[in-house]
Amino acid sequence: MSEVIVVTSGKGGVGKSTTTANLGVGLAMRGKKVVLIDTDTGLRNLDLLLGLENRIMYDLIDVVEGRVEIKKALVRHKKYENLQLLPTSQVKDKSAVNPADLMALCDELRKEYDFVIIDCPAGIEQGFQTAIAGADTAIVVTMPEVSAVRDADKIIGELGRSEKDNIKLIINRIRPAMVDSGEMMDMDDINDILAIKCIGQVPDDIKVVTSANRGEPVVGESDSQAGKAYENIVGRLLGEDIPFMEFEKEGFFKRLKKAFKF
Amino acid sequence: MLDSIKRIFSSEKSGKVAKRRLQMVLIQDRASVSPEVMGMIRDDIIQVLSKYMIIDKTDMEISLENVDDSVALVANIPVQNMRHHR
Repeated sequence: MSEVIVVTSGKGGVGKSTTTANLGVGLAMRGKKVVLIDTDTGLRNLDLLLGLENRIMYDLIDVVEGRVEIKKALVRHKKYENLQLLPTSQVKDKSAVNPADLMALCDELRKEYDFVIIDCPAGIEQGFQTAIAGADTAIVVTMPEVSAVRDADKIIGELGRSEKDNIKLIINRIRPAMVDSGEMMDMDDINDILAIKCIGQVPDDIKVVTSANRGEPVVGESDSQAGKAYENIVGRLLGEDIPFMEFEKEGFFKRLKKAFKF
Repeated sequence: MLDSIKRIFSSEKSGKVAKRRLQMVLIQDRASVSPEVMGMIRDDIIQVLSKYMIIDKTDMEISLENVDDSVALVANIPVQNMRHHR
């Protein structure tokens, strides 16, 4: 049984591409055959997060316009050969692909892959409608901030209107110390507001930035809280019952102590 | 003015404030309906009511209004005459 998942958010900058990259690598680490599709035409980034920016020959538009076969356009990951990326064009715009194109592409890829994960552009315009067209499941990524949660609600409404009823939520960039002091909404607050099944809460973690710098998603890094959180989400996507982790609540002084070992 | 004084003296944490404000604004967001859909609702209401009464279509008003923290569909429909059913 293969599954087509779209990763979406409405608001930009909440971590759609980071989530897509981490889930892709995480599922590949678990032995699944995975293909990631970047649909953020004109603003492609998934290649960079995966460290594949120098290997791109063809893109989504070449495939859709029939210039090249899908197989030739897929870029294989350096470390996990069961993970492939279909990058998009950096020069075309979002109107170059329509919903029917993407639906046909997903149906084709479904035959060979366990998971097809689509990285959706920000916004609710045509690019969004195209990205969600072929998906069985939508993962909505949000952050514990008012604008991101409001946009997530809008996206959930739009998904419902397009009859995409299997929706899961990931809350990204949580700052546990702020949640503790009551200055940030927690998972329960956001669940109350959005009423969508949450499959992951990912803490804000400098490792997400440093791993992106290197083009190696953080998932599976044992010393990273975010890496562990993504690993848990991957497990939940595979149907495992994994409890939500308690975040380490390291204060500044504790970190300083650790750094200087006193 | 009163609000800002309240804010200075209240100890409500910003996380709770965020949640409360979002719950309010989303009620409005979720209830906002496009003019096309509003037109469809209007036509359907006319169709149903016309079975029982003769209504003045030009003077009728239908809108969604926010009342406190809930939403109401408010309709003002002038009735010209009843249709008599046997």
